Amino acid sequence: MHTKTIAELGAGLRAGEFSSVELTHHFLQRIERLEENLNSLVTVTPESALMAAEAADQQMKSGHADPLMGIPILQKDIFCTRGVKTSCGSRMLDNFISPYDATVTERLMQAGAVSLGKANMDEFAMGSSNETSYYGPVKNPWDTARVPGGSSGGSAAAVAARLAVAATGTDTGGSIRQPAALCGITGLKPTYGRVSRFGMIAFASSLDQAGPMTHSAEDAALMLQAMAGFDPKDSTSADEPVPDYSASLGDSLQGLRIGLPKEYFGEGLDPAVSASVESAIEVYRQLGAEVMEISLPNTGLAVPTYYVVAPAECSSNLSRFDGVRFGYRCENPHDLEDLYKRSRGEGFGPEVKRRIMIGTYALSAGYYDAYYLKAQKTRHLISDDFRKAFEKVDVIMGPTTPTTAFGLGEKMDDPVTMYLNDIYTIATNLAGLPGISLPVAPVNGLPVGLQIIGNYFAEAKLLNVAHRFQRESEWHRQMPVGFE
Amino acid sequence: MQWETVIGLEVHAQLATKSKIFSGASIAYGAEPNTQACIVDLGFPGVLPVLNEEAVNMALKFGLAVNAEIGERSIFARKNYFYPDLPKGYQISQFELPIVGKGALTIDLDDGVQKVIGITRAHLEEDAGKSLHEDFHGMTGIDLNRAGTPLLEIVSEPDMRSIKEAVAYARKIHQLVVYLGICDGNMQEGSFRVDANLSIRPMGQEPMGTRTELKNINSFRFLERALNYELERQIDLVESGGQVVQETRLYDADRDETRSMRSKEEANDYRYFPDPDLLPVEINPARLDAARQDMPELPDQKRARFESDFNLSADDAGKLTQSRPQADYFEATVEAGADSKMAANWVMVELGGALNKAGLELNNSPVSPQQLGGLLKRIADNTISGKIAKQVFEAIWKGEGDADSVIEARGLKQITDSGAIEAIIAEVIANNPKQVDQFRAGKEKLLGFFVGQVMKATQGKASPGEVNKILLGKLKG
Repeated sequence: MHTKTIAELGAGLRAGEFSSVELTHHFLQRIERLEENLNSLVTVTPESALMAAEAADQQMKSGHADPLMGIPILQKDIFCTRGVKTSCGSRMLDNFISPYDATVTERLMQAGAVSLGKANMDEFAMGSSNETSYYGPVKNPWDTARVPGGSSGGSAAAVAARLAVAATGTDTGGSIRQPAALCGITGLKPTYGRVSRFGMIAFASSLDQAGPMTHSAEDAALMLQAMAGFDPKDSTSADEPVPDYSASLGDSLQGLRIGLPKEYFGEGLDPAVSASVESAIEVYRQLGAEVMEISLPNTGLAVPTYYVVAPAECSSNLSRFDGVRFGYRCENPHDLEDLYKRSRGEGFGPEVKRRIMIGTYALSAGYYDAYYLKAQKTRHLISDDFRKAFEKVDVIMGPTTPTTAFGLGEKMDDPVTMYLNDIYTIATNLAGLPGISLPVAPVNGLPVGLQIIGNYFAEAKLLNVAHRFQRESEWHRQMPVGFE
Repeated sequence: MQWETVIGLEVHAQLATKSKIFSGASIAYGAEPNTQACIVDLGFPGVLPVLNEEAVNMALKFGLAVNAEIGERSIFARKNYFYPDLPKGYQISQFELPIVGKGALTIDLDDGVQKVIGITRAHLEEDAGKSLHEDFHGMTGIDLNRAGTPLLEIVSEPDMRSIKEAVAYARKIHQLVVYLGICDGNMQEGSFRVDANLSIRPMGQEPMGTRTELKNINSFRFLERALNYELERQIDLVESGGQVVQETRLYDADRDETRSMRSKEEANDYRYFPDPDLLPVEINPARLDAARQDMPELPDQKRARFESDFNLSADDAGKLTQSRPQADYFEATVEAGADSKMAANWVMVELGGALNKAGLELNNSPVSPQQLGGLLKRIADNTISGKIAKQVFEAIWKGEGDADSVIEARGLKQITDSGAIEAIIAEVIANNPKQVDQFRAGKEKLLGFFVGQVMKATQGKASPGEVNKILLGKLKG
């Protein structure tokens, strides 16, 4: 059952071939057997999962046929889930039981999805390797000596290892697409505002966006259908109609204009990864697409801009973790300052502290103009690059990451090299554009991701373009050895 | 040395919305601690603010009332600092592009002189919670009911040159926000708070002196006292060779003094930046028009109208319009049929006195404007005298019904039948021959004695005008 997609399992459930309880049991057993090799989960909730599965079976008996009904999924531990620990990968929230559900959680549960538990992640979503988690690093199922990518590394590894059919992720600078690429699954970061951020613990509010992590574009369409839409609780969510994402999956790509930014194929890109991406693009040529080189001249500004904007926002967003109302509190504080310093000092890990310090500095009097304000300007330049590009092309393609998965511990001592792993994904967050990563031909047995970037609210187009490739290829069907 | 006082004020007016500025929690005063704080107010992980548009509408009304510049875009910013009663570790406020820009307010001084005080800006922000330092055995209790309460911070230019001007300005702002219905004005409950910036400079000198900021002032009387204390402190300091330090000082009403709270060096770097959780507020002309349509008559307009429409003196019109409830009460009384001058007098003197004595506010008056109007009508049409009217008023106050039924039940109707009055007068004259002789011998002051006797005989119900007229005729005749 675990080799199937949401679409296939949904059909089986509705045909009565198996029940959601059976399906849920099957995945819970896989988790029990395989999870220790991966460390991809922070919390498993078998009891509530089975209860939800039973409820889904009842609903299906009475004729409810929502595509997600009875489908076992995982949630990144950044989404607040009522009555369940919501740690955000941090010691700070190791004791935090959320009193409410995130909008994303609520919508998926309403659609009948069965939550198996909460996926491991980089602490407060800050990382590109899932090594900053308080709960320890997640391992890549394709090679457990390697990282799964981050920050949604737990979600990616678990889906790749078939511990769940799908998972939610969040993407602030590549945190859905990069781990999806390194773990060989499909990951979609929607347009900023497409999915509500309410109940999603904030890292960088102007960049954060939730999205699905699945085996196929077809599944991503089903997940996004449930997740997307305006939320009155999130002022930045878009009041735009949600199209039927599945309806256009099979549309022809004849005449599709694909732009390849020359900046995404330059120095730093592993030639083998480049070759794999180019072979995928060849498939699109055969499907009738027109491929042209384009330029995104300000690409080089993306990483530095991001590392001002994101830390600035996070330094403020994370101020609420002060040991006063919830979360970690140090032992025997002797005064207020001691309470703050030790609660935060002991509750946060080094990468989170590094970013809080960078952000605090960037917003300080005397530096604000030079850093924060300037970053806002360069952010506009980056958006402008894309705006001009989309006058000429329908989608932009390139590698999701410059290399395949790197070894555990390999880049932890060098934050800058680590940050450069997101060089192709960060610009879309700064511009607020949607992007999808899908598996193409692996290199030395390790997955490679093709990134497709679309115009604002062009998720349906991205899913269509990705789906057409997956109809021609089997890369998204491949299973890591030991997890078949 | 002659010193010039320079004062600027920052007023925090709590907006009279139903719910908080960024959440649906109630802002009602006096609830049990932490019962009116939802997950948004508590700053829980993952929550987001949603702007209460009513707060924006109220701010716009204020802006229109002070003829302020109102931009098309207004932005919320985060003011970052750590404090236990500030749940998110930042306050959502405004920094660049406040909702209300430059405006002005005219104040009236005692001598009839008017002065225009510049308003720098007014911005929306959320209030913090309260730290309770007592009753917690050396620890601090936090009550977050107030967290997220909408505030309009109104910042003046340093245009005031005396303490009197400062108090007059604060009162005028208070009057205005209460009139606009955007603030209940209750200073005891903290709905209207004033921070004062004061500096001194030698008379005639252009550059400003170093200022201090005074906080914790919760009445106009304390504002005056705090400024007086601080002015003297600064003058003494400078005249004895010292220098004023830029700092925040707390006013202690019990000791009637200000004392240092924190200096400029200790001041926080608030690291303001635009709040990415909130979209810019767009103020289009239609929205501004809607706010304009919704504006009540302002105090100055009302005063002018009272003078012209009701023939009131400038002084009476000014006093009556001091508070909107009083002005509304007055108008309702006139509408109920009362003569306007009589109504003005009764509202301010009789009713005002009675309320004062009973410790009641006008909106809790046991006598309605309709009842008062009904009473005053009976004075005007000579059914009762002004003196009897006071009795009737007391009866209405006690809940014995409105004027007509009290007059009827107590038989207080004035005797205007001259035949009946003449008979009583004849009796009085017959019973007091000595006094009649004295009067006729020129002791005219005795008229009062005769009037008193007639009133006594009629239990005060005889029309005083009529009595005077007939008495004089009989006595002199």
